[in-house]
Amino acid sequence: MLLFGRLAETAGWREKEVTASASLADLKAHLTQVWPELGAALNGRGVQAAVDKVVVAGDLSLTPDSEVAFLPPMSGG
Amino acid sequence: MRASLVTAPFDPGAALSAFAADRSRTGAVASFVGIARGDPGSRLELDAWPEFTLGRIEALIDDARRRFGLDDVAVIHRIGRIEAGEAIVLVMTAAAHRRAALEACAYLMDHLKSRAPLWKKEYAADGTSRWVEPTAEDERGLDRWDA
Repeated sequence: MLLFGRLAETAGWREKEVTASASLADLKAHLTQVWPELGAALNGRGVQAAVDKVVVAGDLSLTPDSEVAFLPPMSGG
Repeated sequence: MRASLVTAPFDPGAALSAFAADRSRTGAVASFVGIARGDPGSRLELDAWPEFTLGRIEALIDDARRRFGLDDVAVIHRIGRIEAGEAIVLVMTAAAHRRAALEACAYLMDHLKSRAPLWKKEYAADGTSRWVEPTAEDERGLDRWDA
């Protein structure tokens, strides 16, 4: 899984292999347990999740090959 | 339809000259250059997920091309470290008439601000830093295109 922007800074890493998460909600619960600060940030306003490079709303089941990314509010231009 | 992410400073004038060349059938070319604002010694760091970010910018370009009937459009966006005074973004549009070219430029900038997967951190000259969050004004900028 991948983190960007302030989420990567909060966690102290950008990329990690995470196993045994059946769904996006499971993955978030797991991350919150291991990195509480990151867990809180993931539930912050405007944070989006992308699974296999598609932004998703709500929960979604994951496979061992799923690529999950968490995206903080965007600020380009 | 062209989008590029670049890690080194670029010359917006040269890019615009190249874009505007050989357009005898196009009546209007419009452009916007965003510059890193700040005191000397300040800088920005722009985080991106290049393959995803490029795809999203290309989708925005595609929307603009359809919506405004553009002949051509290009976006160059810096990522990584950007010093104060350097160009961050260049948007260029070509259309038969000025209004479509200008409006498409504004549309793309409004969407790049808060719909392109880019994350901006400002570093002041004194070493302090902060992540930039989209503002209410950025959201209002988008709302006007939904009307």
